[in-house]
Amino acid sequence: MENLTGYLVVSAILFAIGTIGVLTRKNAIVIFMCIELMLNAVNLTFVAFSRHLGHFDGQIFVLFIMVVAAAEAAVGLALMIAFYKNKESIDVDNVDMMKW
Amino acid sequence: MFDNVWLIPLFPLIGFLINGFFGKKIKNEAVIGGIGTLMIFMSFIVSCGILMQMIGLPPEQRVFEKVIFPWIHSGNFKADMAFLVDPLSAVMIMVVTGVGSLIHLYSIGYMHGEEGFYRFFAYLNLFCMSMLLLVLGNNMLVMFIGWEGVGLCSYLLIGYYFHKKSAGDAAKKAFVMNRVGDFGFLIGLFTLYWWFGSNHNIWTINFTEIKAASHLLPYGGVVTVATLCFFLGATGKSAQIPLFTWLPDAMEGPTPVSALIHAATMVTAGVYMIGRMSFVFIKSPDTMMVVAVIGAATAIFAATIGTAQNDIKRVLAYSTVSQLGFMFLAMGVGAFWAGIFHLMTHAFFKACMFLGSGSVIHSMHHALHHGHLHDDPQDMRNMGGLRKVMPITFITFFVSTLAIAGIFPFSGFFSKDEILWKAFSNPYHGSLNIILWGTGAIAACFTAFYMFRLVFMTFFGECRINPKVKSHLHESPLVITIPLMVLGVLATIGGFIGMPKLMGALPNYLEHWLDPVFELANEFGATYAHAGEHHSHALEWGLMGLSVAIAVVGIMIALTLYVKNTGAPARFTETFPALYRAVYNKWYVDELYDFLFVNPCKAFGQFLWKGFDVIVVDGVVNGVANVVMGFSGIFRYMQSGYIYNYAFSMALGVVVILGYYIFK
Repeated sequence: MENLTGYLVVSAILFAIGTIGVLTRKNAIVIFMCIELMLNAVNLTFVAFSRHLGHFDGQIFVLFIMVVAAAEAAVGLALMIAFYKNKESIDVDNVDMMKW
Repeated sequence: MFDNVWLIPLFPLIGFLINGFFGKKIKNEAVIGGIGTLMIFMSFIVSCGILMQMIGLPPEQRVFEKVIFPWIHSGNFKADMAFLVDPLSAVMIMVVTGVGSLIHLYSIGYMHGEEGFYRFFAYLNLFCMSMLLLVLGNNMLVMFIGWEGVGLCSYLLIGYYFHKKSAGDAAKKAFVMNRVGDFGFLIGLFTLYWWFGSNHNIWTINFTEIKAASHLLPYGGVVTVATLCFFLGATGKSAQIPLFTWLPDAMEGPTPVSALIHAATMVTAGVYMIGRMSFVFIKSPDTMMVVAVIGAATAIFAATIGTAQNDIKRVLAYSTVSQLGFMFLAMGVGAFWAGIFHLMTHAFFKACMFLGSGSVIHSMHHALHHGHLHDDPQDMRNMGGLRKVMPITFITFFVSTLAIAGIFPFSGFFSKDEILWKAFSNPYHGSLNIILWGTGAIAACFTAFYMFRLVFMTFFGECRINPKVKSHLHESPLVITIPLMVLGVLATIGGFIGMPKLMGALPNYLEHWLDPVFELANEFGATYAHAGEHHSHALEWGLMGLSVAIAVVGIMIALTLYVKNTGAPARFTETFPALYRAVYNKWYVDELYDFLFVNPCKAFGQFLWKGFDVIVVDGVVNGVANVVMGFSGIFRYMQSGYIYNYAFSMALGVVVILGYYIFK
């Protein structure tokens, strides 16, 4: 299918945006959203390939990833609430207890 | 009764376990001392039973072996926990349990009120068990357990007053010097085992089996090597030149210990060991000569030192070393039974003297303590005139002194005279005999001199103790004087069992008794060059008279110097100050050993510590740690703690790896 390349390019752009967002933003929620963006970029790739190759395996993977992402969201948001209770902020610059 | 031989070491072991584990809780001295004494006394009763049964048997049936349990069976090697009962071990168990019981009883009185009373009795019982294993073992390995066990107990008991540095040092010295000897014992054991195994396929360390195979041994050669190694072991345990210096220091232990371990039993282990392996020793003329020469040299060397010591126990210690020298002289001239005879009589009179000195020290200590004086209670210069206040101690001590001096008819006379006669008339050493005899005779003269010097300084003359406390001197209680009296009687009459044939009043019981044990050795000895020479009865009578005369001369000199003309010793030391200093300082043997062995070892240890351990070993360990620390000091800056830094390096890594695969 000729427009596979298009899907993949969109997916790569989304993934890059997500990565840059994770690396540069300070707000934990934004970072979290960027991670979701990266996951969905991957999902897009899966679906595109699935259709291209005529297999359903990729789509099953996508369902799994969504489940994991939902679980991750629950845990991540809980962490953020706990973090906010301690620091009164969700800025990741304040989470540097592990440094030398 | 023979079947019950295992009970003999078992009773003291039980005593050790009870007092060792529960003594601290029992607290009651009478109970602790009672258990300790009862246990060894029960062993004595069993020993008596065995002796009685053995007397009832014809001589050739007097050997019995009892396997308690199989111990090590590995390939050709076989060692059982097994006991050998024969006339020799019967004599030894009688001496160990008999004298041991008396000394246990004595200790109840002597150790009264000491801290760690239970500890003392536990060790004493453990010692008795080890000593009984040593003399009963039917193979060299069981004997070696006993050998090491008595060494351990000796260490523990010398160091009984461990809070005193001198006691701790003396204990270590004894242990280390014994280890040197033990090394020799082991090498000897291995040599004999290896020789029999590789040459005749007889893999054995069992005394009976070695005895049965001993006709295979050559004269000299490997036997000389093995026996000299065994003899090194004997010099360590029995305090002979060159390993004798630990014994005088061992007097740091309580006096009953000195009596039991360092006079009557443990130090005779070397003599017993040679007796047990007489059929091996006799096969090496060179070793026999070494044993005889070392014995005679030790006898005279220690006797000279004994003449100048002022500490009552030290005089007795050197006297012990000297008397052990006589026993080795007997062994070396092939008069094995005479060595065992002297071992036995010595156990009686020396134990009596040590206990007597303990009684004196006890009394002195109490008197001085009463007056809050810090004079040395063991120094004979503080004593004098004690015969009036301590009549029982004096009489028993005096009797024993007559015995050791060799005055007829006390026990020491018979055993010592037999040794000197055999040194003179034995068929083994040719022209060396006269030197051996002469050395022994002079040593006997010195013995009489220093022992009577001790008696005169302690019991005769004016009392030199501080007059303030003189009235507090008193005779010791019955628990102390009863063992003294028993031993005094034995010291007096003990010699009659070995009366020379010449006198003819009694048959020589002991020689006949020990005949089955030493028969083979005598048989092998008959092949020596000078065997078969005969000496006239007149000569024997003459030498006998001479040895008594020599003893009397020694006594007379002591009498002149220390009773009649008390200024003479001081004048003598002023005339020959160098000689006096040398003798007083024990011929500087300790200093020599320090210079030759101890200090080089210390220097080497110092080097290993300061040089090798601190610089090399610690250097490597700390160096590794320092290098790691240096690098981590640099790399730790990479750990910023910010999550996005880590995420960035991770992403970068992924990009690099992917890039590599895409563009390669």
